[in-house]
Amino acid sequence: MGNYILRRLFQIILTLVIFQTLLFLILDAQPGDITLQYLTDPRVTPEIRDQMRIALGLNKPPIERYLQWLRNFTTGNLGISFSHYPRPVLDIILERAPRTIVLFLTSTLVSFFVGFVLGKQLAWRRGGSFEYSMTMVGVVLYTIFTPWFALILIYLLGLRLGWLPVGKFLDPILWLVIIGTPLGLWALSDVGYLAGDMLEHMILPVAVATLVSFAGTMLMMRNTMLETLREDFVMASRAKGLSEAEVRDKHAARNAFLPVFTNLIISIPFVLSGGIITETVFSWPGMGLTLLQAVQNEDIPLAMGAMTCVGVLALFAHLFADVTYAFLDPRIRYQ
Amino acid sequence: MAEITKSQLSGLTEPIWRIRLRLLRRSFIENWRLFREYPIGMIGLGIIAVFGLMAVAHPILMEYVWEPRVYDPVIGYDISILAHPSQPSSTHILGTDPLGRDVLSQLLYGTRFGFSLGISAALVSVIVSTSIGALSAYYGGIVDVFFMRLADVVIMLPFIAILIVLSALIEFNGLSLALVYGILVGFGGQTIVIKSQALSIKVKPYIEAARAAGGSDGHIIFTHLIPNLMPLSFLYMMFTVTGAVFAEAALSFFGLLNIRMSWGIMINTAQAAGYLLAGPEYLHLMLPAGLAITMLCSSFYMVGRALDEVVNPRLRQR
Repeated sequence: MGNYILRRLFQIILTLVIFQTLLFLILDAQPGDITLQYLTDPRVTPEIRDQMRIALGLNKPPIERYLQWLRNFTTGNLGISFSHYPRPVLDIILERAPRTIVLFLTSTLVSFFVGFVLGKQLAWRRGGSFEYSMTMVGVVLYTIFTPWFALILIYLLGLRLGWLPVGKFLDPILWLVIIGTPLGLWALSDVGYLAGDMLEHMILPVAVATLVSFAGTMLMMRNTMLETLREDFVMASRAKGLSEAEVRDKHAARNAFLPVFTNLIISIPFVLSGGIITETVFSWPGMGLTLLQAVQNEDIPLAMGAMTCVGVLALFAHLFADVTYAFLDPRIRYQ
Repeated sequence: MAEITKSQLSGLTEPIWRIRLRLLRRSFIENWRLFREYPIGMIGLGIIAVFGLMAVAHPILMEYVWEPRVYDPVIGYDISILAHPSQPSSTHILGTDPLGRDVLSQLLYGTRFGFSLGISAALVSVIVSTSIGALSAYYGGIVDVFFMRLADVVIMLPFIAILIVLSALIEFNGLSLALVYGILVGFGGQTIVIKSQALSIKVKPYIEAARAAGGSDGHIIFTHLIPNLMPLSFLYMMFTVTGAVFAEAALSFFGLLNIRMSWGIMINTAQAAGYLLAGPEYLHLMLPAGLAITMLCSSFYMVGRALDEVVNPRLRQR
């Protein structure tokens, strides 16, 4: 086992280097650079733009910048963002990541739970009208055009019925009130209010992110459950005289859960990169929106940093999933 | 010529291609029977057929019924209506968009585009993933390690962000988007699935028999391994169509593609002109395109699900 983990760790480092090389290549090959967004500004002369390039290190050859990035990365320094100059990339990521994690971890967990429960039922009632109607609904929601769906929900729930706030992380007026109020006053009383407001803003994005993704888990759970139901131990537990619900929930479903669990672990790192689409539609200032803006502004350090964070997490989650798999299923052995 | 001698050697009276054709036909009928048992697949096929009719209808309507000056999906303009966007009427069944173009005509035109994009992306991804999956399963070793690590890297890339970056490098039109999308999907997760299937085929007795009979590596890969991977590849083609149509719509929604007209562009136009959440009277600007994207994506996905029941022996009902 230890040997296996060591080998995997070596592979992770190798993969990460390839990943970063590829990313840097693609990002740097884009025509132009960040200084070109001042092209229409008469105050920024070409000389000033050249100076900016020198200050940002963009005048050096790509290979030199790439090696510098790699050197800094190994020491944990992700560099300084171009578009948020002079804030370090790590600082921006640490600010934005929690928002995305709050939003997408919630929706990932909810959608996996819903998918698990529904998939179990689907396999159990195979061939019935419940299965067909649920699969239809699931597939349509899974493949629905997310921005469009989100906008329709915003329109219906946010504008027409006025139940929920439409966008943003926090109400801007509330922000002003909070910042304007002396620190001591709201530290105790308003924190609850703040959390309540954030929750209220979260309902719609979480609902959208859950609704468009639960079917993946549901259909996967159904397939593994169907395989499990044919195993001998299911028949044995029935023969013991257990009730159908006990056979389904305690014996079949727990064994069918393994692949779904792996999938859950693998999909958690992508919580960080978030739904670019969902975050854009709901103006949720998390990692997805940050990544989108970084990519569009050619903010190479920020884009590299954000994607590398996701990549590192993803690689370790893969390893973690493989290792826990061996613990959960004793039949699996690694040399 | 070679075919005839081969069949003569084995003492068969029929040429071998006819036998192969008959076997192919028999397996097709058998699979079709299995496929028909799943209503979801049939619903999906039905929706695809409707979209197929829509795609065919557009050029015919443009040629014989609609005046191109008024109904052209990109440059048409109806001067008889004062204010655009206009409500659905007898001349414009789905109304006109903010630029005075007929929405129904755009919808039908977009069908053709969506179809060709999805299917060409699926073809590219299947060719890439099947050949690489087969090669890395068959040869193993360094080839396998290289392509599997590459697949890991590709899976880690955030799709939309990478396509946005690439849109700065490549002038995306329908064909190049299909190519890039197909290659990204083909080198990524799809290869891993196909490779694991190829591994289980590689140890089957008939591969052993082919090798014992003196078959070369190329012969075994092309006539034994790949044909047996085809059902699974075909299944993944369906999912790729869904993904490609979705990716195009998302990129168009962000306004990053250089295409004349598509469903994503229809939504983008409505959004850019500020009619996105304007009210129920402007619903005809967003609803048809959004529904069309969703329906086309789900129909291919449903067919994929039903195919899964056919090609995945572990799911068959006994």
